[in-house]
Amino acid sequence: MFFIGGAAAVMMRLHLIEPAGALVQPETYNKLFTMHGVVMVFFFLIPSIPATLGNFLVPMMIGARDLAFPRLNLLSWYVYITGAAFTLYALISGGVDTGWTFYTPLSSHYLNTHVITTALGVFITGFSSILTGLNFIVTIHKMRAPGMTWKRMPLFLWSIYAASVIFVLATPVLAIALFLVGLERIFHVGIFDPAIGGDPVLFQHLFWFYSHPAVYIMILPGMGVVSELVTCFSKKKPFGYIFIAYSSLAIAVFSFLVWGHHLFVSSQSVYAGFISSALSFALAIPSAIKVFNWTATLYKGSISYQAPMLYALGFIGLFTMGGLTGLFLASLATGVHLHDTYFVIAHFHYIMVGGAVMAYLGGIHFWWPKITGRLYHDGWARFAALVIFVGFNLTFFPQYMLGYLGMPRRYAVYPAEFQVLDVMSSAGASHTRRRLLDSIRLSSLVHPLWTRSRIESLERERPGMGDAIAASHR
Amino acid sequence: MALEITGIAIPSLICIFLFLWGASLFFAAAQSPQGAMAIFVVGKQWMWHLQHPEGPREINQLHIPVDVPVRLTMTSEDVIHDFFVPAFRMKMDVVPGRYTSEWFEATKPGSYHLFCAQYCGTLHSGMTGTIEVMSLTGYAQWLRENSTAESMAQMGLQLFSRLGCDTCHLSDGTGAGPALQGRFGKQVTLRDGQNRVMDGAYVRQSILDPASLPLPNYRPVMPTFRGQVSEEHILQLIAYIKSLASGERTQAP
Ligand code: HEC
Ligand SMILES: [Cu+2]
Ligand SMILES: [Cu+2]
Repeated sequence: MFFIGGAAAVMMRLHLIEPAGALVQPETYNKLFTMHGVVMVFFFLIPSIPATLGNFLVPMMIGARDLAFPRLNLLSWYVYITGAAFTLYALISGGVDTGWTFYTPLSSHYLNTHVITTALGVFITGFSSILTGLNFIVTIHKMRAPGMTWKRMPLFLWSIYAASVIFVLATPVLAIALFLVGLERIFHVGIFDPAIGGDPVLFQHLFWFYSHPAVYIMILPGMGVVSELVTCFSKKKPFGYIFIAYSSLAIAVFSFLVWGHHLFVSSQSVYAGFISSALSFALAIPSAIKVFNWTATLYKGSISYQAPMLYALGFIGLFTMGGLTGLFLASLATGVHLHDTYFVIAHFHYIMVGGAVMAYLGGIHFWWPKITGRLYHDGWARFAALVIFVGFNLTFFPQYMLGYLGMPRRYAVYPAEFQVLDVMSSAGASHTRRRLLDSIRLSSLVHPLWTRSRIESLERERPGMGDAIAASHR
Repeated sequence: MALEITGIAIPSLICIFLFLWGASLFFAAAQSPQGAMAIFVVGKQWMWHLQHPEGPREINQLHIPVDVPVRLTMTSEDVIHDFFVPAFRMKMDVVPGRYTSEWFEATKPGSYHLFCAQYCGTLHSGMTGTIEVMSLTGYAQWLRENSTAESMAQMGLQLFSRLGCDTCHLSDGTGAGPALQGRFGKQVTLRDGQNRVMDGAYVRQSILDPASLPLPNYRPVMPTFRGQVSEEHILQLIAYIKSLASGERTQAP
């Protein structure tokens, strides 16, 4: 799925090399960004870390044999595949152009592309999320080995736990919202379309009530991975363990209260905007706590710059950039100007790619030997990590500037004055994607095959793999 | 521990400061100044229709005098759009079924980008235009050159008789519906005792869904005009009914 989403992104960037659009018709462009968003968010970012590292590490880290409900876990995999099949069908049979946000009444009435099929795919996949979340919650509550108290749990588990709570509580709201879109589309029940008595903005409330917490589903597991990596490669105990742990929970709780920051200019009342803005700022604090504690852990540590650590350091830098620019979006006055511009695009890619994807790659590299019994080629992996970091910044940093200058998002054609920055971004993009592919192919999949001999020395090299390994050996 | 506390306190203070700063500017910008010049906007897949109260209509272009506050009253004929002028740091969704508004005061003559910032379908990125900010004299001249035979209120008057509104809403109050003279901006008490102020949204609702606003002492005979009037027509009708309140002369000469 990642490759499909990625391909859509590259096409978009290539298209935007010229102001008038170099490659495709606006309609196709709209389908590309919709596919990119739907696939990346619902079928890659949300399940990526929980479904791979989570399934593998959660039981191991708490000293259990498997998750509480192994069959449910298998079921959630099948459900995911079914959902993905619907979405892929929609893609192949002509696509959909609602944007991943499915805003009404555009989606519920005006478009005649495969809205229902796509929404159904996302709807079904939602159940996979709920099942996975439930499974993790029960496992962590009930199956910890004797002596594995809450406050001894590896930090990764705290973050997975917090993400699971969001999975279980928020996903049903998305399911309901999409269900209602379907209802209105098929049976013309007036829910969102004002022409038949609905309220168009209601959808945005429902959608963001899920989708803001969902942002934290994507980033919390990444934060957990980084907490583990930073401790391991600076050969120290995590600084402020309890603060990092509780900040995960604080993020999960607060994430449910800030959806209104997506609606500053939606005609919601100015007081609702006021409260949403205040709460969004409050949400910045637990994230800041994490960054401080990671840096404090690094401080005076004996740091070794192996590939996973490079990803983790990249994460900290990029996540901080993403987080700080988030403050400008949370602030009412600047938020109004920057809303729905490329600034937002850059902001969440710094969090989602610079954060979640970097953590995912770091985590996969880190635990690869444990999962497969083989080691990747460290030189290549480091090289790839650096190249991704540079390419990523090349792609997305210009987008901050574009957004500040006022280039709106989801534009297939744009005024000529934005071209220089757009070309820079496109150059960065094709560069990153190629390297990203290289990195995954070379460092993770090919090289481990012929470097397995080094695995034994690994535990000596990485004492801080610590908690995880200790737990699994208990 | 002390380190932790300072690590939490400092960002908290910065956040509170940024929040209050942003919020105060936002509230200041939400309230349009008295006597701002009015412009009416209807978003429609994929173009902007704008109208000046004096009558001139524009598409994807808005001529405005410099140094005069301008207040936009906006609605959409179909999906949600967003009226975004980056140079004025101004953005507001244009939502079907309701009126939203925003205001600005251009300080430099020139021409500025207008974008639709809310994704609205196939030609979303073509839903752009320009705001032409002119000197006061330049604007006065532009108005003269583009003047129409009728103002918005007069267009409303025409509609009022063409649609047959005047068969019920007689000015002496003897018709099947209430006289609309002097009503705009005043309080209305509905049959169930609910109090509403007659503003643009109220008039719009009366025209599209009269049954939802039953008045005491009147039989609910007003038909809905949904499907017969466009959003632009409704804005003109509102302008007319508003002019009845201020006693402005709107009879066509
Ligand atoms: C068949 C007669 C009839 C016609 C035609 C008619 N109306 Fe009405 N209208 C009424 C009645 C009766 C009411 C009182 C509301 C009710 O009880 O339903 C009313 C109420 C209103 C009100 C609210 C008045 C208030 O004081 O609350 C407005 C505004 C209005 N009409 C505008 C119009 C416009 C504009 C048209 C033409 C497009 C129109 N009406 C056509 C009968 C009519
Ligand atoms: Cu959000
Ligand atoms: Cu639009």
